Amino acid sequence: MLTVWAILIDGFIYASWLFLVAAGLTVIYGVMRILNMAHGSLYALGAYAAASALGWYYAQGGDQLWIAFAIIAVSAILIGAISGLIIERGLLRLMYGRDEILMLIITFAVLLILEDVMKLVWGTTPYFAWQPYAAMGRFNIDVLTVSQYDLLVMALSVVIGLGLWFWLERTNMGKILRSIIHDREVSEAMGVNVRRMFTITFMIGATLGAIAGGVTAPIISVVPGIGVEVIVLAFAVVVTGGLGSITGAAVGAVIVGLARATSIHTMPELELFIIYAVMATVLVFRPHGLFGLAAARKI
Amino acid sequence: MTEILRTEGLSRYFGAVTAAEDINVTISEGEIVGVIGANGAGKTTFINMVTGYLPPSQGTIAFDGSPIKGMGPRKLMRKGLARSFQIPQLFLELPVIDNLAIALSAAEHRQFQMIRPVRTPERIKAADEILEQMNINHYRDEMVTAMPQGARKLLDIAIAMLGNPRMLLLDEPTSGVSMEEKYTLMDTVMEAVRQRGLTVLFVEHDMEIVQRYVSRILAFASGEVIKDGPVDEVLADAKVQELVTGKHHRTPEKEGDA
Amino acid sequence: MKLERTELSLIGVAIAIAILAQFSPNWLVFTLTLAISTALVVMGVVMLMRAGLVSFGQGLFYCLGGYAVGLGGRFLGITDALVLVGLGVVVTTVVAMILGLLMTRYREIFFAMLSLAFSMILYGILVKSHGLGSTDGFGVVDWTLLGFTPGDGQATTTALMLALVLALAIALFLNRYFKSSIGLACEAIRENEVRVEYMGISHRKVLYINYVLAAAVGSVGGSMTALAAGHVDPTMAYWTISGEFVFIAILGGTGHVAAPFIAALIFTLVRTYAVELAPNAWQMILGIVLLLIILFLPKGIWSLFTRKKGAAS
Ligand SMILES: Nc1ncnc2c1ncn2[C@@H]1O[C@H](COP(=O)(O)OP(=O)(O)OP(=O)(O)O)[C@@H](O)[C@H]1O
Ligand SMILES: [Mg+2]
Repeated sequence: MLTVWAILIDGFIYASWLFLVAAGLTVIYGVMRILNMAHGSLYALGAYAAASALGWYYAQGGDQLWIAFAIIAVSAILIGAISGLIIERGLLRLMYGRDEILMLIITFAVLLILEDVMKLVWGTTPYFAWQPYAAMGRFNIDVLTVSQYDLLVMALSVVIGLGLWFWLERTNMGKILRSIIHDREVSEAMGVNVRRMFTITFMIGATLGAIAGGVTAPIISVVPGIGVEVIVLAFAVVVTGGLGSITGAAVGAVIVGLARATSIHTMPELELFIIYAVMATVLVFRPHGLFGLAAARKI
Repeated sequence: MTEILRTEGLSRYFGAVTAAEDINVTISEGEIVGVIGANGAGKTTFINMVTGYLPPSQGTIAFDGSPIKGMGPRKLMRKGLARSFQIPQLFLELPVIDNLAIALSAAEHRQFQMIRPVRTPERIKAADEILEQMNINHYRDEMVTAMPQGARKLLDIAIAMLGNPRMLLLDEPTSGVSMEEKYTLMDTVMEAVRQRGLTVLFVEHDMEIVQRYVSRILAFASGEVIKDGPVDEVLADAKVQELVTGKHHRTPEKEGDA
Repeated sequence: MKLERTELSLIGVAIAIAILAQFSPNWLVFTLTLAISTALVVMGVVMLMRAGLVSFGQGLFYCLGGYAVGLGGRFLGITDALVLVGLGVVVTTVVAMILGLLMTRYREIFFAMLSLAFSMILYGILVKSHGLGSTDGFGVVDWTLLGFTPGDGQATTTALMLALVLALAIALFLNRYFKSSIGLACEAIRENEVRVEYMGISHRKVLYINYVLAAAVGSVGGSMTALAAGHVDPTMAYWTISGEFVFIAILGGTGHVAAPFIAALIFTLVRTYAVELAPNAWQMILGIVLLLIILFLPKGIWSLFTRKKGAAS
């Protein structure tokens, strides 16, 4: 029974983290049809930015938790939005209209470049920013210890999920984006500034990735390669849920999160295996993921 | 004459859109049938269902006396049912000769050969013959991308004929081709068809062309066959005149929506 | 059987390399062996690309080939290099035949991601296998070749000879394969699947055969790497390694069997220096070069995916 609770708690904590990581990826794909391999690098950028900003703050003798949170938010949003803008305006823009698979390879090139840019800027020694995590403390449910920081991540994940839903379903811009998703050419003909929408969408998606990295920074040691590891998890989540669907990303995150927690508490050797096994199983029965749609070809 | 194709109650819905509704058609061996109808009348949908590309929502299809519903294009091609496309479906980045050689190797059931080149002397000879017959032999070694629309249409039809079909469904063979070229193109195609003794059903918007090449017409409107019979009778029909051949029957063609 | 020009050139180059290797320093022989092995894996990526598919998980088969050599020597007591390579091919073929059933349903980014996922599954398993050294991997036993035991300093050259022979055989086969019915059918599928079905060709079957063949070829590359380097570890299946294979494939283009070999040689040589001179800029160089090829050399590879402009074959 205890294991069940542990699985549920860990599973949902992990799921909310997965959703944070995957949300930006699925938003960008949904609107722009670009599967952004560099998403993991944006995550890593956010983590580095937050970790070094926090490091600076605590070195100044700062000890206010809320300032620490503000620092995470500001540094992650700044670096996410700016790199998103640079990548979209400087590169992707030149490539629109090409095959999805080519866009994937282009973002792979971006990933390769960003990996080394980060090494050149931040070096290869790890960065630690555990203070906010430690300061939040823990509490016990029976004999299980839960960190409050993790609960905060969970809350953030819910807020971001709802925010995205509101943005896409209830705002004017969301309406425009949905028309682009439905038919890019037609909405362009009707006067929608698709390019501007793409810039905004990419910046938002990139920022989401950086935020995910920023809030993760206090939990991990920030080292080269974290982005490369994270991207494959995010892929698993969005492919399971259905590429381009926010609901899909949420459901995918919960499924993958629970599956991983189950594995960790019962068969730890199978941790990575389980995640992809879940994904493969879903795809066998639903080739385009749980909430994905296949496009029929007209002849 | 023996019956070759029969559909009963054939219908297809796309959500709320009715693309085909209760189509009952019987075609005999050797017939040349024209299909007319405004844009969106369901002509392509009909061909798609008959050739196994689209599963019908309702109804049955029989080819050569046996039911074929549920079979895909691959199986039906083996049974002798071939088609061409409104927008030619070709291997754009391959030379014309290879487009044909692949079709020939598939028709011989040799598509899984790993060492023997696809361009065997026999296939090259057969390909050259049909290129000559279709009058597109000067494109032989060019990429398909270098061909104009009319030549692509002919190549598309040539490929369909390489499978040795008994019945050929041509979806708007002359669309996207200039007025003057249309007749030459149709003459070429019809001559090839006659030589092979094929049963043909072809979709066409131009009534003059229809009248010139067919003996029987199916008139489609909003997914239904509103009239089926000899050319003069169908074209004289009031409903057909109103819904199909009226003043605006030549609606602009949509290109490149594949 | 009449040999055509490409075949004669391939044989000629292989013989030339074999002769030159006798007078070359060890490091060069070793680098050549690695380049040839890498090229074989890349050849698999190219085979898939010709069918319009990009695999970000060819490392799966590379790793299987490598581990088959390692495990076969360690647990089955096999020492003959050819038998070890054959073992890798068998294991890989079986795995590919199972995965192929699923993979052939996917195209474009789905194929790319799913292939990536499968290679990461293997990576995940190997990393957690403590008996196999986890992330460190383990050493490959000393091997023999058809009864000949390479003495001190001979192993590198012997490995190169074996790699040359295997690569030559594979290249000769693929040169014909690319022009065969099934080879052209792969390109036809890339161009237009609808037409392929209407021609009476099963695209699933064609893609399946091509997928399994590409896997088997990749496994030989992995096995040869293991034999030459004397070591295997799980990174062989890590997805960034597969990304490098994609990079090399794009660098060389899909126009000719020799392209992957040339590209792999350039890649391996440049890496040897770059890793020493600018260890933190190597990936950046790769990324920038990749973008430059895509932007300015679209013909080699991009005629593949654009489906519009004419291209030389
Ligand atoms: N795959 C599809 N999904 C949704 N609706 C479709 C699909 N294919 C066809 N339709 C609809 O079905 C109807 C019939 O289309 P169809 O293509 O059969 O017409 P058509 O007679 O061939 O017209 P045209 O002369 O323009 O070629 C149209 O309203 C069309 O929008
Ligand atoms: Mg039509």
